[in-house]
Amino acid sequence: MFSAAVISRSSKLHQLGSLLRRFQSTLVVAEHDNESLYPITLNAVSAAKQIGEDVSCLVAGTQCAKVAEEVSKIAGVKKVLVADHDAFKGYMPEALTPLLLSTQQQFNFTHILAGATAFGKNLMPRLAAKLDVSPVSDIIGVKSPDTFVRTIYAGNAIQTVKSKDKIVVLTVRGTSFEPAETSGGSAGQETVSADVSNELSSYVGSEIHKSDRPELAGAATVVSGGRGMKNGENFQLLYNLADTMQAAVGASRAAVDAGFVPNDMQVGQTGKIVAPQLYIAVGISGAIQHLAGMKDSKVIVAINKDPEAPIFQVADYGLVADLFKAVPEMTEKLKA
Amino acid sequence: MTKGHQGHLNGVKMALRILVGCKRVIDYAVKVRVKPDKMGVVTEGVKHSMNPFDEIAVEEAVRMKEKKLASEIIAVSCGPQQCQETLRTALAMGLDRGIHVEISGKDYETLQPFHVSKILAKIAEEEKVDIIFLGKQAIDDDCNQTGQMTAALLDWPQATFASKIEKNNGDLMVTREIDGGLETINVKLPCVITSDLRLNEPRYATLPNIMKAKKKPIAKKSPADLGVDVSPRQEVLSVEDPPVREAGSIVQDVDELVSKLKAAGVV
Repeated sequence: MFSAAVISRSSKLHQLGSLLRRFQSTLVVAEHDNESLYPITLNAVSAAKQIGEDVSCLVAGTQCAKVAEEVSKIAGVKKVLVADHDAFKGYMPEALTPLLLSTQQQFNFTHILAGATAFGKNLMPRLAAKLDVSPVSDIIGVKSPDTFVRTIYAGNAIQTVKSKDKIVVLTVRGTSFEPAETSGGSAGQETVSADVSNELSSYVGSEIHKSDRPELAGAATVVSGGRGMKNGENFQLLYNLADTMQAAVGASRAAVDAGFVPNDMQVGQTGKIVAPQLYIAVGISGAIQHLAGMKDSKVIVAINKDPEAPIFQVADYGLVADLFKAVPEMTEKLKA
Repeated sequence: MTKGHQGHLNGVKMALRILVGCKRVIDYAVKVRVKPDKMGVVTEGVKHSMNPFDEIAVEEAVRMKEKKLASEIIAVSCGPQQCQETLRTALAMGLDRGIHVEISGKDYETLQPFHVSKILAKIAEEEKVDIIFLGKQAIDDDCNQTGQMTAALLDWPQATFASKIEKNNGDLMVTREIDGGLETINVKLPCVITSDLRLNEPRYATLPNIMKAKKKPIAKKSPADLGVDVSPRQEVLSVEDPPVREAGSIVQDVDELVSKLKAAGVV
């Protein structure tokens, strides 16, 4: 009796949920470099689909037709809005925000989302303030069209928040949502435009660290080094191991601050959040701020000579050993 | 020669006025505990300090004054009475005066970047500042929103996640930490800058400076004085502990590690 009642109640809730979803229209702001779409957008599309069935994507850039084509094929995207303008060079938020506001005026989306990357974090709060709404950052779950789950205190607490705003502006944690399929969609394209001259800021240039290894945030395996690596040259040991496993290489803040590796390799509360199948922490003690960036990894391995290191408390497999012996040995054994 | 509050960085006389936001948060080294009622985390009796990113923002502002680029630096903090300690820390690091926007009780619990940015924008206008320095995020709510929202409300350009700031004629050239590397942008003044970890190494306040800071003025204001409505825009339904990972095991050697990883199907 009781369980039947519960089931019927939950199925009613479910019906209500899908009814609500039908009336939501979501806009995903695509992240790209005018040549190709960044994978985070696919995760954001999945989050958008959990909110509402009517998913549109905005592609704004300079000569971004190729990306718009790519976006129109994403499964679940109904419409692609394209804005091509020189003012979008460098994707400055001062230029993109007026475009988004004018697009919003035209289409009245209930939700506007982007990935919680440097791009999304930079842009979305500016948009929210202009819409006079309170944004929700880095969501890890969608409970209903107005209720979202996110982490606070470096991932040490999980907060469920209900937005009271008519338009909800969100950024989405990529590792918490499966990427949408890159084929099967056949969205129509529509050009949008706005007065987007930007006198306030301009893009000067960038210095992107090139690497043949997989991109950190999306890699299935991540090998990370910390202060225990002692210097930048020793990171070669990790690159060798990573190459054997087709892994990306990350680092703790200590390793970045010591100048061993560039800052974009930092995993943690203020760096990248990763959730690979396998995370190997080498010479990393496991400070709260580092754990915030990797503790949702499926399998965690710690190699550290200090048996008291906090990293062992989250590691599935811990090896108390000198990394300078253990890492080369592991590389050899995995090659064999 | 520059006149008025809008200073030119390459001018003879520098008169940039800077506002720095300083948030009081639970100290970064504290392991937070979720309250039994699951509505927040325990803050009473827990060590608090200035948000680490804000310390970096304070340091950068002080360095600009030391380089004679800035004339006056004002620290602002929104929150309960104890925020005055945070402001004193900022003053001891070299800021000139403080503004405490007092918000306590329920209003403080539901205070968000949405409200703080409105308060900061209002103060920036009243004080005629040229630069607002903020941390890129607070380590408690991890929002990473306030700087961007403040810039939007003022219609000023924003330079977020800054790791280097240089003068560029009358503008600022800012290097930003982005995914995959670094990016350089040019922003016109007035502007909002949010600091990343690698912008600088904040100084420690010396005892004489701590003593001096006690004499520096802190003005008290309320959100109502500034015409800002602090009614909540989001409702926190619950705050819970994250799922606990199953205890792992210590392996004896590399052989055992490799075989366990193979068995788990991850290598």
